[in-house]
Amino acid sequence: MNREVDTLQEDKQLIDGITNGDSSVLTYIYQTFFPMVLHMVTHNSGEEEDAKDVFQEAIIVLYDKVNKGDFILSSKLKTFIYSVCRRLWLKRLNRQDRQALSIHEEIEETVPVEDDLEVHRNKERQFLLVEQSLTLLGEPCQTIIQDFYLHNLSMQEICEKFGYTNSDNAKTQKYKCLQRLKKLCL
Amino acid sequence: MIKMNDRIGFIDKADAYIRGEMNREERELFERLCDEDPEKGKILQEQMALLGRLQDYQVRKTLRAKLNSIYDDLDLSAIRKSASPKPSLKTLWMKHRQTALIAASVALLAVFSTLWVTGFYSEVKESSSKYSALKRDMNNIQKNVSAQNAVINTISSNVEKSPRKVNPSTYGATGFALTSNGFLVTNYHVIKDADSVYVQNSEGESLKAKVVYIDPSYDLAVLEITDPAFKNTVEIPYTFKDKASDIGQDVFTIGYPREEAVYGSGYLSSKTGYGGDTIAYQVTIPVNPGNSGGPVLDDKGNVIGIISGKQTEADGVAFAIKTDYLLKSIHAIPQDSLTKALNINKKNTLAGLPRTKQIKKIQDHIYIVKVY
Repeated sequence: MNREVDTLQEDKQLIDGITNGDSSVLTYIYQTFFPMVLHMVTHNSGEEEDAKDVFQEAIIVLYDKVNKGDFILSSKLKTFIYSVCRRLWLKRLNRQDRQALSIHEEIEETVPVEDDLEVHRNKERQFLLVEQSLTLLGEPCQTIIQDFYLHNLSMQEICEKFGYTNSDNAKTQKYKCLQRLKKLCL
Repeated sequence: MIKMNDRIGFIDKADAYIRGEMNREERELFERLCDEDPEKGKILQEQMALLGRLQDYQVRKTLRAKLNSIYDDLDLSAIRKSASPKPSLKTLWMKHRQTALIAASVALLAVFSTLWVTGFYSEVKESSSKYSALKRDMNNIQKNVSAQNAVINTISSNVEKSPRKVNPSTYGATGFALTSNGFLVTNYHVIKDADSVYVQNSEGESLKAKVVYIDPSYDLAVLEITDPAFKNTVEIPYTFKDKASDIGQDVFTIGYPREEAVYGSGYLSSKTGYGGDTIAYQVTIPVNPGNSGGPVLDDKGNVIGIISGKQTEADGVAFAIKTDYLLKSIHAIPQDSLTKALNINKKNTLAGLPRTKQIKKIQDHIYIVKVY
């Protein structure tokens, strides 16, 4: 009983850490839960690299869920992570048409995570679109957009970086780039 | 339509607005502008959506980078080791629960069906009835006899038909005289549940008797012939031996496994009865249902026991209640419950006689006990 309370307390702390993007918490989660996922993947025709991918996907799913504010700790954090990884790995095995009707040697309990993964898949699709769009923009647009919007550089800094003689030119260039980006990914 | 330059300027303002670079006044002004011009409002919405996506993308990219760097810093060899943890008992159970249950039920099924196939259960049933009391079920015999009679009658229909209609008794067994004045002993299991008891002597006379004493623990019952036709017999030729007899002692019995007296001889084979029962001897004499209650005599003509049953699984293994217990039972009978004196004979007139003579003298004192 005490151990369960402890686990609950610990899980809550971990979730708070994830919300804040706390690196040490992420490191701790990695150290604590990765071995179980590594075991599950490597014992089901996977490599270490696969385990890493699957695990990181799961952490991202967890991160999104926590930050969206709809993560209710209905099961142990460990169980949630395991369930997501298991599902992801099964999907991947099926996609690669490798022998994988089910996972042998279930080492943990599981909870249903299909809805979470659906949300995750949609998000990933969007991100892929953004990434591709940025690549398609080419230079200098890609850098201008990234510097201004993602790295929060000022127009002044961008002028200097790209050698624009006045900020109006820079603004025009940014505007054009933005219009292209909009076409590509909205 | 908004002019190109206006658009550029608007986007620039929108960016400043979204990035939070405006002061309160500027912000209110900008918001009012968007409220008043739907076209501009729409452009702002789109700009916000696009930047939201870019932001999300950036966050995701950062997170991935962070996770990758954590992974790179991990002590993978240590994790590899702990990645093959021995599953705990609980997880083992969770994992193999179904298999285990199925295996267990298959095992159970296999065990019980094997036991069933190999006849274990019928043995169980038998072992509880390896001891069979030797009273004779008359109904079966009677039926057979009537069937035989019917056949005989058809064959010789001109032969005079048997005028006597024998009233069939339910059970038959043997009993023998304790005294010359009409006291007999037989087994308790013979007269148990009896409505009435008749005894039939070697001359074929049927006499009414009553149960005067029962001792279920020794399986003994004392009868008294109450029939008015009964006259005291000659002195009882045999005596009752209260000392233990030895193994190997030659013994014989006379009983009524059928309507005629049947002699059987053998030897005392064990000092205890069925299942180590100390109140009985084991005797090796061929006995059959109907022998129950018959005397077991040694070669000097001492009654050493009363046939009570046999072991069904072994041939020739019979059990006889030791005379000692018979005497104890007799002593336990309250004298005032008896109408006549029950004095056990002490004078043996059989010793030294050849067996045929002994039998001749004894058989007048041995009765068929018929129970209705």
